Amino acid sequence: MMYYQLLGPEITVAVLGLLVLAGSLLLPSHGKNALGYLTTIGLAAVLLAVILNFSREAIFFAGVYQIDMYANFFRLLFLSAALLIMLMSSRYTGLFGERKSEWFSFMLFATLGMMIMVAAGDLIMVYVGLELMTISFYILTAYLLNDRWSAEAGLKYLLIGAMSSAVLLFGMSLIYACSGSTVFTEIYQALLAGSERPALLAGIVMMMAGLGFKISVVPFHMWTPDIYQGAPTPVTAYLAVASKAAGFAVLVRILLIAFPPTSLDWKLILAVLAALTIIIGNLTALPQTNVKRMLAYSSIAQAGYILVGLVAANTYGLKGVLFYAMTYVFANVAAFAVTAVVEVAEGNAELESFNGLGRRAPMPAAVMTICLLSLAGIPPMAGFAGKLYLFSGAIQGGYLWLAFIGLLMSMISVYYYLHVAKAMYIGISSREDRVLLPVPVRIALWICLLGTILMGVYPGPLSELTELAVQLFSAV
Amino acid sequence: MLIQDVMTFSWLIPVLPFLAFALIGLFLHRWPKWSAACSIAAIGVSFFLSVLIAVEIFGGDPGRAFEMSVRWLEMPGLKVDMGILIDPLTAVMLLVVTTVALLVQIYSLGYMEGDPGRASYFAYQSIFAGSMLGLVMASNFGQIFVFWELVGMCSYLLIGFWFGRPSARDAAIKAFVTNRIGDFGFLLGILFLIIVFGTLNFGELAALIPDYHNLAVLLPIAVLLFFGPVGKSAQFPLHVWLPDAMEGPTPVSALIHAATMVAAGVYLIARAFFIFSQVPQAMLLIALVGGFTALLAATIALVQNDIKRILAYSTLSQLGYMVMAMGVGAMTAGMFHLRTHAFFKGLLFLAAGSVIHALHGEQDIWKMGGLAKKMPITTWTFVIGALALAGIPPLAGFWSKDEILLGAFAGGYTGLYLLGSLVAFMTAFYMFRLIFIAFFGVSKGAEQAHESPPVMTGPLVILAALSIGAGFVGSPWMGNVFGLYISTPGAVHHPVNPTIMAVSSLLALAGIGLAWLIYQKQAVSAEKLRQRWPALYHVFLNKYYVDEFYAWLGKVFVDAGARVLEWVDLKIINGAVNGLAYLTGSSGRTLRYAVNGQVQSYAIWVMVGLVLLLATVLKTVFTVLV
Repeated sequence: MMYYQLLGPEITVAVLGLLVLAGSLLLPSHGKNALGYLTTIGLAAVLLAVILNFSREAIFFAGVYQIDMYANFFRLLFLSAALLIMLMSSRYTGLFGERKSEWFSFMLFATLGMMIMVAAGDLIMVYVGLELMTISFYILTAYLLNDRWSAEAGLKYLLIGAMSSAVLLFGMSLIYACSGSTVFTEIYQALLAGSERPALLAGIVMMMAGLGFKISVVPFHMWTPDIYQGAPTPVTAYLAVASKAAGFAVLVRILLIAFPPTSLDWKLILAVLAALTIIIGNLTALPQTNVKRMLAYSSIAQAGYILVGLVAANTYGLKGVLFYAMTYVFANVAAFAVTAVVEVAEGNAELESFNGLGRRAPMPAAVMTICLLSLAGIPPMAGFAGKLYLFSGAIQGGYLWLAFIGLLMSMISVYYYLHVAKAMYIGISSREDRVLLPVPVRIALWICLLGTILMGVYPGPLSELTELAVQLFSAV
Repeated sequence: MLIQDVMTFSWLIPVLPFLAFALIGLFLHRWPKWSAACSIAAIGVSFFLSVLIAVEIFGGDPGRAFEMSVRWLEMPGLKVDMGILIDPLTAVMLLVVTTVALLVQIYSLGYMEGDPGRASYFAYQSIFAGSMLGLVMASNFGQIFVFWELVGMCSYLLIGFWFGRPSARDAAIKAFVTNRIGDFGFLLGILFLIIVFGTLNFGELAALIPDYHNLAVLLPIAVLLFFGPVGKSAQFPLHVWLPDAMEGPTPVSALIHAATMVAAGVYLIARAFFIFSQVPQAMLLIALVGGFTALLAATIALVQNDIKRILAYSTLSQLGYMVMAMGVGAMTAGMFHLRTHAFFKGLLFLAAGSVIHALHGEQDIWKMGGLAKKMPITTWTFVIGALALAGIPPLAGFWSKDEILLGAFAGGYTGLYLLGSLVAFMTAFYMFRLIFIAFFGVSKGAEQAHESPPVMTGPLVILAALSIGAGFVGSPWMGNVFGLYISTPGAVHHPVNPTIMAVSSLLALAGIGLAWLIYQKQAVSAEKLRQRWPALYHVFLNKYYVDEFYAWLGKVFVDAGARVLEWVDLKIINGAVNGLAYLTGSSGRTLRYAVNGQVQSYAIWVMVGLVLLLATVLKTVFTVLV
């Protein structure tokens, strides 16, 4: 018995995307605002459906597609992120002019791609979902057509993305050649039977590299700052929180199901990469003067922290991965939302543009400060609880040195995060007028603020949710 | 049925005031009236729920307790729970705190009328009420510590409420810093508990500790835990902050610095009695500290001239009494006194506030006089409060004070019994010295005084009724119901001793009589007494020079230490930090150049990285193969 209704979220998002696309062609220009509402309401409905069916699990097509609590957790994450981005971009989309409505459909397709990625139990399925997401993002990145930086970012993303896709696909084909299957569980069985073959190892490394590009792990991170800075801010936010989480979700599932560390030890390589990512991300974030670029480097560093949980590969570490990814959504969306507000008001996201924001827009400035502190891991914000899980998982897994690097670098990160707070509260601005804050942005900021504080003060419920989600790896 | 639901919803009791705080802070602060209404409504509902809980608890058998908890955080080697524990001890505290908090907030409507900071005042009152209620409902030491710090923060905020006055600011800082010392010890004690026993839950600890006989561990734990009450309940030598805390608005003094927060220390000893009672040395220490504080503060109160300071020293003295009761093992008596004291001392402060309000801020008792005719309700409620405090039967204070004296006497602590009786005599004396000077006698500059509005006198009347009646539950006439419920293994309870009752009553009457002779009848000149024992007078007036001693200590040790550390900081640490910062910054700037905007170079990096990774992995494989 297959519960096809559990595929409802994917189907709904796909249909919604096509509907919005059709609507953007058919509707007169003044009717296109309705498409934004349709997208938002549709996403909210799908989110609700996923929440209600959270604990229902099913395997489709002999393991090719799996709806389990792990997939549901990430579907929850993507849909919440997409919803928050829809809210925060309510005014930013004005910059897109006539093409605003297609923007909604590409957001939906990107979301669909991610949802497919996390539920995929098969390499081909992973690739299909990944490309659906990535190609949507190529378009979204270059969406500010008249902006040189946006166009450049789109092109760069396309070039580097295509290359990394090639590497990923090459790796996958090597794995298929060595194991004779593309389904994770079957690969594992084949691996148990056969001996260690260099080609298989090469395949795994290349696949890790391809996914490492998505989550911007050093040395596959170089594209991140340029693309994050050039892309429209809502797209950057979505790229940073959701695309990255999707990459992690796939990486964790493949590595733990198809190549569990008991059969192949990839931990040390990942540990080194995690350490490098944390160090380089944080150090390069220090001298940045553009907030979007600073957030790009910060997102590299954050990817390093999350990787620590995967390196630990125990319950605490994996819970940490999921927990941190979720807290990261709220903190980062808020940071980008405030950046977008400043960008709309000032025309750029340079650090000087944040001067005096504490007086001109007290609420966004306060939310920004709190969310940046959460990213830095200061209690009682959610980021602290997440880091606590990640690093204690690492210590339990015997990676004390890695946890130590993480802690040390978190300390350094406080500097550049507080730099923004300093500009907002101490910096002097020539303008004293209030910054306009549309209601949807306000709502998004409130949700992010409450999420960041609640998950930090009372991590219990989210922790239980992540515990359920990582149950499928408990055999590892 | 309904009653069961009350237990399940008991968590609302602390949560409602917190919600009120959030609402006022976020939305209502522009409308002081709505802020006040919101705050009072929240504490009103909490009061109602507390009454229902009390009905349930005191309707059942004494051993009844209700506990629920949620797992807050679980880490390797650490479990933190947030829970609610409702037993008779909690139920009593809930009643006391919500009653006094509700009355004080209503009273504040009148007292704070027109103050520009009213909205934040009520916000602080709400967060204080929520924290205090959370403290008494906590089911483990970790949680109690969180709320312990929160009430400390509220106390700081409210002492410094009129932060325009330098003295208020200084007092707030003094309270905070002094409490830090106590709280640090308390925290260490808690850490020791979790290291030794692996749990902080009261119930689990109470089951573990009787079988734990290693006194070398238990004694430091008990002493460290006692640091908490020493700070919060202002026991010697950390008592110095409480008199200065009178800089806050008077209703705050009534609620926080007389009735509830300062009693939290006593409550903590009662709650953790299962630990203290296992360590006789710690019990003796507690008894001695309490007794000494009681005497010290009473002697100082004899010669003070500020109405609030007299009451503050009286509070110190009474807190010492309670702590002493705990130390001699009379836990029931200590809690009983806490309860009655909350009512009559709350009343005394509120009545004093009514006087101060009427006299536009005048606090010197020598500038009052003859208030009885102008402010009859305030005067007579004050007198009732003073009679209760002095321990005149059958008012509330008589029963509880008598229990403490009985506990000390029957427990074999004759010295402490004598000390307690002496303090009882002094208490009656200084209270009626205050009354005869301020409320009776000749009016000195108080012609303009008028009775306060009903919103202020109402709470006074209710508290006066409680000061009269609240003691009966512990009286032999009612079979000592209080002692039946509030007791714990290790606590002792003694049969009534009429001699002690008679002696303490007579001493109190004697104290009143002496005050009457000196200050009303003026048969004995106060001036002559002063000249006869000038040294004693100055020592009392200057509070034993403890503040001066601490200032000297601070100057000698802290300042000198600071100068040494300053040198270390500037020369050594700063150099290291600056060097490190330079290193970090410059490496960041260097790394930045790797990202040069050229997409080709990004691609090369990806390839180089991939090749390096492949080389590393395959090298190990090939070495294995070869």
